[in-house]
Parts: sequence; C-alpha cells; structure tokens
Amino acid sequence: MIGRLVAAALLGRRTRTTLAIAGVAVSAALLLDMVMLSTGMSVSFRSLLLSRGFQLRVAPKGTLPFDTEATIPDATATIVALHESLDVEAVSPVLGGTIHIPGARGATSAVALGIDPRYQGDYELISGRNPGEGEIVANDALLEATGRSVGDTLTVAGGYDPQLRRFAGARRMTISGRAHFIYLARGQRAAAMPIASLQALGGPGRRDRVSLMMVRARQGADVEAVRSWIAKRLPRVTAISTETALAQVEERLSYFRQLAFILGSVSLVVGVLLVGTLVTVSVNERIGEFAVLRAIGVAKRTITAQIMLEGAVLMLAGAAFGLALGLVTARYLNTILSSFPGLPQGIDFFLFQPRAAWTALGLLAAAGVLAGAWPAWRGASLPVARTLREEAA
Amino acid sequence: MSEPLLRLENVERRYHMEGEDVRAVRGVSLAIDAGDYVAIVGPSGCGKSTLLNLLGAIDRPDAGRVLLDGRDVGSLSDREATELRLRRIGFVFQRFHLLAALNARENVELPMAEAGVAKRDRAERARELLAYVGLAGRERHRPPQLSGGEQQRVAIARALANRPALILADEPTGELDARTGAEVAALFQRLNDDGATLVVVTHDEELAAAAKRVIHMRDGVVVRDERSAAPSAAAGGR
Repeated sequence: MIGRLVAAALLGRRTRTTLAIAGVAVSAALLLDMVMLSTGMSVSFRSLLLSRGFQLRVAPKGTLPFDTEATIPDATATIVALHESLDVEAVSPVLGGTIHIPGARGATSAVALGIDPRYQGDYELISGRNPGEGEIVANDALLEATGRSVGDTLTVAGGYDPQLRRFAGARRMTISGRAHFIYLARGQRAAAMPIASLQALGGPGRRDRVSLMMVRARQGADVEAVRSWIAKRLPRVTAISTETALAQVEERLSYFRQLAFILGSVSLVVGVLLVGTLVTVSVNERIGEFAVLRAIGVAKRTITAQIMLEGAVLMLAGAAFGLALGLVTARYLNTILSSFPGLPQGIDFFLFQPRAAWTALGLLAAAGVLAGAWPAWRGASLPVARTLREEAA
Repeated sequence: MSEPLLRLENVERRYHMEGEDVRAVRGVSLAIDAGDYVAIVGPSGCGKSTLLNLLGAIDRPDAGRVLLDGRDVGSLSDREATELRLRRIGFVFQRFHLLAALNARENVELPMAEAGVAKRDRAERARELLAYVGLAGRERHRPPQLSGGEQQRVAIARALANRPALILADEPTGELDARTGAEVAALFQRLNDDGATLVVVTHDEELAAAAKRVIHMRDGVVVRDERSAAPSAAAGGR
C-alpha cells in the first residue's frame, strides 16, 4: 500500500516530478563524472604502465623516465648487471631521440625510439613486422606526413646542422611495419628502430647509451625487492616501480581529485536540497492527508517510510537518467581533455568503472533518504487534532 | 452492572489561542455503553469536536480521564494510541478525507493494510463493506468520480474496516444535501441496529433525532443528556 501511495503522490504531480527527476539527473551526472574523474586517471595510468608487463623503470639517477634528456651510460653492462638478479625476466632498453626525414617539401621531424625488438614495450604493431637492422616501424601520423607506407624506403637523419644546412648521420631505412605508440600523444609523429641504429644516428655521444630501461620481473617475484636490489647494485640509476610511479602521479593528480571531490559534493548537496525542497512542498500540501492517516491509525513509521520513499524514488529515478547522462558527458569531456598536448593517448581522464557507478548510486540513494528525512519527520509528527481542526476551518 | 465501553471522568481540555487560555472542554463526565448511539449537539465552538477527539484518542485531556474498555487513553504512548485508533475506533469526517489517488476499495483497505491483514482478505472485506454501504460495483471508482454521499459511504466503510468497537463521526452530513444526508443517517441507523456503537457530533437535527441518546453541550460543558424514547421511528421517517 505504501508503494501505491508513493506512486500516486509522484504521478499525481507529474510536472513537478519530471522537473525533480531532471534536476537530480543533472546533479547525478556531475557526481558520476566527478567520481570517474577522481579515479579515472590513476587507474588508466596504472593500466598503461602495466599494459606491456614491465613493472619497473630504470632511469638516469635522480630523474623520472623521459623527464630530461639525460641518458644512462654503459647500457650493455647495465643490462648484464640487471640480469644478475634471478627475479629479472626481461630488460627492454629504450633510447629517445628525434629523427628528420627529408622530403620534397622540407623535412619531417618525429620522435624516435631505439628499442630491442625482442622485448620492446613501447608500441603495438598494427601491420608488418618488427624492425631489423636498417628498418623502422612508424605510426600513422608519420606515414601520413611523409606520404609513405609499409615497405617504402626513406632517408632518416639523426640531426640537422643549421650552419651547414645539412642533415647529420643520414641513412636509408625501410619501413617494416605500422605501429601504435602506447606512451605518445595523439597525433605525435613517431618511429622505432633497433637501439643500435638510433645510437649510430646520434653519433659518438649516443654510443651505448639509453634513456630508460623497462624491467619485467618474473611472475611471483617481489617487485619492491627487485627495485631495492637494483638501487643497491646500480647506484648510478634510479629504479622506479609502477607503484612508486603511480604514487608520484597520484601526488600530481591531487588537484584533480580535490576538484572532483568539491564538485561532486556540491552536486550531491544540490540534489539533496532539490529533492528535500520538493518533498517538503509536497508534504506541506498534504498535511491534512497525513493528519487523517494518523487519525485512522496509520503509524508514524508508515508515514515516515512513505515520505522517505518518495525522496528516494525521485533520487534513484534521477540517478538512473543521470548515470546515462554522466557517461555521455564523460565521454565528451574525455575527448577534450585527452587532446591536451603531450599526454599519452592511452590516458583516460574519465574511466568508467562499475564501482564508480555503484558509488554514485549509493551516495544518491543515501542522499534521497536524507532529503526525505526532515519532511518525513514533519509529516509524521504533526499534531493530529490541531491539524484536523485547522483543515476543517 | 457491566462496565461501559467508554467513560469520561471530569475531563478538561484547554487551548492557548491568541494569547488566551480557552477551556474547550470543562469537567465533562459521562459513560457510553456498547451498542449505544449517541449524538453530541450544541452551537459551534461549544467543544463538541474537541470532546470527540478526546474520545478517539486523537487528543489528550489536560485533566481527568478517558477510559475505553477500561484503559486510560490519556496514559497511552503515541504508538499505543495509534494502535488503539487503528483497531478499536473508526473515524468518519465531515469532509470524508478519502485519499484521492486511491479507488474506493483501496481507501477501505488502507486501515486493514496498516493492521497487517492479508491482501486477499482485505480485498474481500473491502468489497463486502462497500456492498454493505450500497456501493457494490463502484469499487474501482476514485473519490473524484463519486458524489459527496457516495464518498461519505466509502469513508464509513473505511471506518468499519478493522471491526472497531466504537465509531466516531464528526459532522458526517455537514457537507451533504438533505437527501444524501438522510441516506447517510439511515446508514448510521442500520450500523447501530447491527450492533455498532456510534458517537456522532452534529448540527443536523434529523441525524441527532435518530440517535438513542443526545448530549447537549454549551461552553465546554454537558448541559443536557437525554435518551430518545423511540429513536428508530425518527430514523425510519427519513
């Protein structure tokens, strides 16, 4: 019977109910987006870091991977040293640099990654094969800019001397494959080649140097223990575990989380006020009805339940629409934010996770009950005799 | 001599209105037996409705005692008083006070649902009660689709839902025209003939004439308490 009364109360005032649900939907959408924003980046970043199975990054001492142009010297010896640990399964050295590809309409510059094709963790092949000696894999942006495709040959230079107006270390290379580069920004032109090729293109200064080494620990190994071992064994490098990297990212993302928390809280408060106001107005209009119900023996708890249920239904109906709206707006906002220059295209700001939706839904349901609490108390606690007398007057 | 169903002992009720103390009921004592049909009459503001609220455990006396089945209504907790109203008392209001969103049957079912009566049983009893008040076939009509007299009959059926010991009616014909009022009065008479105990506050002389006993009030006190010689005859003339 309570359900019937709640339905009657809400359906009897359709316009008001529709407006309330619409208002809650907007509030719920914002709340969901903020819950997604508060967790999305770190989850997305974690999944990006672990996507190729490397749990550790080894960078030049005191730096973060690719934070500076510093490189690790004696790369071959360092790799050998890393393999001294039985817990190290694979080491993927990476050298970062810039290449220039001369063309009829000027040169095209691109990010170049020198990798070990056996263990590389920087790209995913879309077509073709990994590069061998004298070969590169390129992404779509570079292929488009140079007008080349897999199988074509092009001139690749490691540097440009503006005084002599001449490219340095130029050599002919073949495009062996088309690839998607995981850590690079959308639209950024990129190519990968064997690390020795890029070191050679860079001249003597780059010989046996790498920018970064990605380390994969054996399954079941204690990653932190491996990290500590590297720190002790190789004092000239900094070993960073995924957890450490994430902690550093988390620190940098605290601004986003605070923003998300504040906006999420505001949206929740707006939802509570909206539903609270509408339920209060509704109760005020039906004060005589509640007095009659109390007079004929309907318990306070029944009336309280009825009014609180009205609030909860408004909130949950709004939340259902709001979650759908939130997903749409999150997708749109994600597109805008992900196109920030320099961000890896695999990073999502708004990552949908069922937990986020349940969290938002739970908060909204609790808020709905809370919103109905005061009007429910008022509706159930009115002085019956006086209210009936005033209603009759 | 058996214990009366309802006993009032020196009951007082005061209100504080606009800076003044109003003694709405002053030292009223009376007893109402089971099966009685009592009309309370008097001018507006004489304390009739206040007295009815006290009898119905809607309000509490400032002094004195209201005893229903020997229990002091004034000493009950809010929960106990609510339970008493639900199971032992049926209310009929001047303005019917049906829930517009519910149909006639659902309105009658409402107190039974609150009392925990099974859905099938309460639906069946609601149909029986609507038939008793002459509204068989109108079960699915909502209050706005019913006339004033029909709505009052639904309200009477609702009052009977949990088989109460006492039915209290506050100006039950006040919103009805003479013909419909007479129909409601006849229904009250039938209820009493079938054993219901009725206390009716009214300005309607014909309705009062149908009662077995008429209590006259003025300024919060009972000024006359008289038994009718042949109440059924008066009712039968309606």
